Amino acid sequence: MKILVIVEQREGKLNRVSFETLTGAQAIARETGWALEAAVVGSGVGEIAREVAGKKVAKVYDIESPQLAAYTPDAFVAALKPFLAEKKPTLVLMPHTYQVRDFAPKLATALGRALVSDCTGYKKKGDKLLFVRQMFQGKFAADVAFDSEPPYFATFQTGAFRGDQVEAGASPAAIETVQADIPASALRNKPGEVFKEAKQAVDLTQAQIIVAVGRGIKEEKNLALARQLAEALGGEIAASRPICDAGWLPMDRQIGSSGQTVAPKLYVALGISGAIQHIVGMKGSRTIVAVNKDSEAPIFEVADIGIVGNLFEVIPPLVEEIKKAKG
Amino acid sequence: MKILVCMKQVPQKDAPLKLNESGAWIREDVSYEVNEPDAYALEEALRQKEKHGGEVVVITAGPARALQVLREALAKGADRAIHLEDAAFVTFDAANIARAFAAAIKEEKFDLIFTGLQSDDFGFAQTGVILAELLGWPHATIIMQIEKAEGGIKVKRELEAGYFQHVDMPLPAVLTIQSGINKLRYATLIGIKQAKNKPLRKVALAEVQPSLAANQLNIERLYVPQKTKKTEMIEGPPADVARKLAEKLKNEVRVL
Ligand SMILES: Cc1cc2nc3c(=O)[nH]c(=O)nc-3n(C[C@H](O)[C@H](O)[C@H](O)COP(=O)(O)OP(=O)(O)OC[C@H]3O[C@@H](n4cnc5c(N)ncnc54)[C@H](O)[C@@H]3O)c2cc1C
Repeated sequence: MKILVIVEQREGKLNRVSFETLTGAQAIARETGWALEAAVVGSGVGEIAREVAGKKVAKVYDIESPQLAAYTPDAFVAALKPFLAEKKPTLVLMPHTYQVRDFAPKLATALGRALVSDCTGYKKKGDKLLFVRQMFQGKFAADVAFDSEPPYFATFQTGAFRGDQVEAGASPAAIETVQADIPASALRNKPGEVFKEAKQAVDLTQAQIIVAVGRGIKEEKNLALARQLAEALGGEIAASRPICDAGWLPMDRQIGSSGQTVAPKLYVALGISGAIQHIVGMKGSRTIVAVNKDSEAPIFEVADIGIVGNLFEVIPPLVEEIKKAKG
Repeated sequence: MKILVCMKQVPQKDAPLKLNESGAWIREDVSYEVNEPDAYALEEALRQKEKHGGEVVVITAGPARALQVLREALAKGADRAIHLEDAAFVTFDAANIARAFAAAIKEEKFDLIFTGLQSDDFGFAQTGVILAELLGWPHATIIMQIEKAEGGIKVKRELEAGYFQHVDMPLPAVLTIQSGINKLRYATLIGIKQAKNKPLRKVALAEVQPSLAANQLNIERLYVPQKTKKTEMIEGPPADVARKLAEKLKNEVRVL
């Protein structure tokens, strides 16, 4: 019985979120007694294999091919499908990144197996491993079991485990280089360079105080209310994705996995439900204040101070009180 | 271009959800709406058709209530609809939904299939990618732009933290669409009227059953997640709440 963690590299760099998955895998290995191995997929990524080999793993596979230089789902599945068929791991674990979301369902399907995606943890119930994941936008959690033969595929959400708690090995693990045989004709997608949209006008990562609005603000004109609060606090205004999608605020003010990651002294979330893609961008804030009319909203999971109420009733007196307190 | 849009009906965003007796699913007597990214997928298909001509077909799998999603799509401009109608589809994992769709469209020839990038209920983010693999088509996920190009299409993939990437790919292909790719339209009165006369094909579970397999994923239990953080709740009328919060911001958080 064996666990295989596929670490993520992008453009030749190890994505640190891989260490979170490794931490989770080490915990599962301890509880089950299964062996733990890791693999990196790419072209000339031996350095990454060596870095991972420093962690407590039995072995690291460096799966190489010139066709893997740029990420494509076709090349990744062409490399991993025969590799997994041969190595027969019981459990294959990956971080739930954009790249993994792109190829992992294809890989599992190609092997006739299922993938339980975006898990926040696991439970061991007797001989059975259950994977815990959020459902209904975080309103519920589910314990999911596999009803099939291995390999079982699972991906872990960013923040599910502590990457800085990954255990180092007593001595470096052995590295085995595997040459993947991928004909150029197998690659149908031709990816271009990775780029960032036009220069950013603001750098919210430097802001000490942020007032962020979500869909609870209802209409564009109501942004004025949030602006008054931001002004009174001497902070910057920011938003959840739907607000930027609607064009009410520019994208450089979007907080979350597809926007900015911030860690101000104070983060005030107004009418934001607290979807995981938003949380990852602001959970490092020192103090989080949430105003939401729904007492069950997942944002209260991360808030230090919570107010269940209508933001349109709470903000106007709050602006006055803040002005008073500032004198 | 002939485009198929896969759509799902999900509980409304602020619908209060309750567990059913089995403890493994929600009570279904709630209000429903179209899964948000699917609405963007439909809008994108309509825009592509307006630019390049062709046909937009919408498909869903679900009980009778799911028909509402197709009706709205037809009212917004989709040409016809396919409804895989059975309450059992609600319990299917992503692979089985993809198998059912593949079976239902095997007589058709689409250039593109769109899905939303994930659903607001399960959030597996897999159906589109699995469907592509079953059909043997290329795919790309989290798409923010689609253009016709030499020998196929050029799409813009969203990556994390504000990064993007263009990808050239041949047709036919499956794309999973990200919310915000476009601005949604509303159905017009004329559209709603016309929708009534547009073709709707109903597909019974039995028709696609031979293509299905046993679910490999099994939800054993659904529950309200345990709170791990101690949140200090400030209660009372707005004026009191405002005063207490301002005090805290001054004396404890020390930002005033
Ligand atoms: C791949 C991917 C990437 C994503 N990236 C991001 C990202 O970077 N950033 C991001 O934010 N999202 C991102 N999302 C979207 C995310 O999943 C959520 O859909 C989004 O964060 C929801 O925004 P919201 O909380 O403003 O809206 P909703 O979820 O609609 O929540 C609105 C909230 O307002 C409350 N409310 C309503 N009226 C009032 C009132 N009068 N007073 C007080 N409260 C009220 C409601 O109770 C509700 O909780 C991403 C999604 C995907 C799939």
